[in-house]
Amino acid sequence: MNDNNIFELKQVEKSFNKGKESISIFEELNMNIKQGEFLAIMGPSGSGKTTLLNLLGGVDQPTGGEVWFDDARIDSLNEGQLAKWRANNIGFIFQFYNLMPMLNAARNVELPLLLTNLSGSERDKRVATALELVGLADRAKHMPSEMSGGQQQRVAIARAIVSDPKLLLCDEPTGDLDRKTADEILEMLQLLNREFGKTIVMVTHDPSAAKYATHTVHLDKGQFVPEEA
Amino acid sequence: MNDFYLIVKNLTRKKMRLVLTSFAIFIAFLIFGSVMALNNALNSGVEMSADNRLVVTNKINFTQPLPIAYVSKVKSVEGVKDVTYANWFGGYYQEPANQVITMAVDPDSYFDVYSELILEPGVKERWQKHRTGILVGERMAQAKNWKVGDRIPVSSNIFSQKSGGHTWEFDIDGIFKGQDKQTDTNYMVFHHKYFMETQAWGGDYVGWMIFTTTDSALNEQVAKVVDERFANSAAETETKTEKAFNKAFIEQIGNIGLIIFAVVFMAFFIILVVVGNTMVLAIRERTGEIAVLKTLGFSSKRIFNMVLAESCLLSFLGGVLGMLAATIIVKGASAELASFLPNLILGQSVWLQGLAYMLLFGLITGIIPAVSALRLNIITAFNRI
Ligand SMILES: Nc1ncnc2c1ncn2[C@@H]1O[C@H](COP(=O)(O)OP(=O)(O)O)[C@@H](O)[C@H]1O
Ligand SMILES: [Mg+2]
Repeated sequence: MNDNNIFELKQVEKSFNKGKESISIFEELNMNIKQGEFLAIMGPSGSGKTTLLNLLGGVDQPTGGEVWFDDARIDSLNEGQLAKWRANNIGFIFQFYNLMPMLNAARNVELPLLLTNLSGSERDKRVATALELVGLADRAKHMPSEMSGGQQQRVAIARAIVSDPKLLLCDEPTGDLDRKTADEILEMLQLLNREFGKTIVMVTHDPSAAKYATHTVHLDKGQFVPEEA
Repeated sequence: MNDFYLIVKNLTRKKMRLVLTSFAIFIAFLIFGSVMALNNALNSGVEMSADNRLVVTNKINFTQPLPIAYVSKVKSVEGVKDVTYANWFGGYYQEPANQVITMAVDPDSYFDVYSELILEPGVKERWQKHRTGILVGERMAQAKNWKVGDRIPVSSNIFSQKSGGHTWEFDIDGIFKGQDKQTDTNYMVFHHKYFMETQAWGGDYVGWMIFTTTDSALNEQVAKVVDERFANSAAETETKTEKAFNKAFIEQIGNIGLIIFAVVFMAFFIILVVVGNTMVLAIRERTGEIAVLKTLGFSSKRIFNMVLAESCLLSFLGGVLGMLAATIIVKGASAELASFLPNLILGQSVWLQGLAYMLLFGLITGIIPAVSALRLNIITAFNRI
């Protein structure tokens, strides 16, 4: 594996069974993602963007081919191993933030740390740092329902980075936000990529969102296609 | 923060739902605790019965008398140790609502057969020589605030005196205690002979006989010999162990017991279904959140345990409060009912059973949502919401 590559997809196949029918999403998909890259994946609805992100995040498994992360294959891990692998390596950011409604901002951010052996004081320190970084230090005690969409997404970003994963996977992170707020979020992702060296893969169908990325690929009907003029 | 914090937050996120479900469980365990205490009180006579003690009654039914001559005949049966006899007097003190359990017994043998009753030295001998003397059980003496030396009038609404009155006067010669806390001492005993000589239709009969065997292994055989001896006579007998006798006595109200049991069971079952269904709905509402937790790396097993812990916590919350309320109610009732349910207490064993049922209740109501949380697939969950 190329030293620069954090991900390598080799001949990846993915199909879903719907009743007796089998719907093929990817056939022989190949892809490399470099360490330190901020990759935007664009494409029309239904083109397989989310499915691809799920394969990268170890949330879903391919029906064929290989998925390499660093020097290990993750497509052959079982469910429990994948859960552990996700906790150690991936930060997830969703379109609808997906915060726990009964936890305040700080508790939401702390959630991934329950999967670590860090001491209470170390956790508190990390939570404070992460909230600071997203500019919400003064909102630590606020409940999600008391925050705007943009603020909730910033809490979600803090949750994604609190355990210091190498990789952030974002599925339409600005899909539910207005332009101005979307730009703030994208700037924040860009900062995480540039200053903190996080590799980011972001699914979007907003062309101006893609401008924040270092690279963009286009997906259509399960295949990468050159950018149309 | 830890998993327990998450469980508590999940449990308390909808206050109204928490109040309603824990109240339902509260009611279930309130009923459970009270009924179990009642049941134990009813059965305590059976549990406390001596192994080698048998009761001989008239075969027709136990309210029919037996000739007094039977006593010496039973005494001569091989394997019989001590024989005594008694007659029901019933009675009330001062007013009919104030019932006092009173029996006319044989002063010479009664305490040989009931060896778990304890008297101060010399008391028995004094009483044996004192025709109008009465011995009072400790619990009754305490309830009525009676002391040795008191003269008490006891009236009957069954019997009348030869002289026409319904009231007998007795002198308290002593107070007997029980060997165990559970031993029934809520009654009093006086001379059988005095009773027979003073009451209007006195005669040479006894209400029933009680005897002990030299060895409880002989019980069945001795009972058979006794009953055979009086077969085809004017008064045939039925001999049972005291345990069986007490049990049969309780089984007269046994049907009520069964009805109570059925009601409790129904209440439990309905509440179980309601709470179980609520848990299923509560977890279904959280499909997306569970999918997020799994995405973050929480293992399915951990989430399974959290759901189960939540339903158990709910069960213990309502259940412990319900049992506490039952304990208070039973305590209040036991003071009121002391005269006919002397052993009404909600004790440790009922509490332990209650806690076990709470655990069971929690596991049953939690298992279906816990399994669905365990099986929940991240992709399908996200597609659904
Ligand atoms: N679990 C699934 N079962 C069946 N079909 C699915 C499933 N997930 C996605 N698909 C199908 O796969 C295709 C790609 O979906 P997706 O990756 O969500 O597209 P995008 O994110 O680009 O909109 C769609 O046609 C969708 O219906
Ligand atoms: Mg999508």
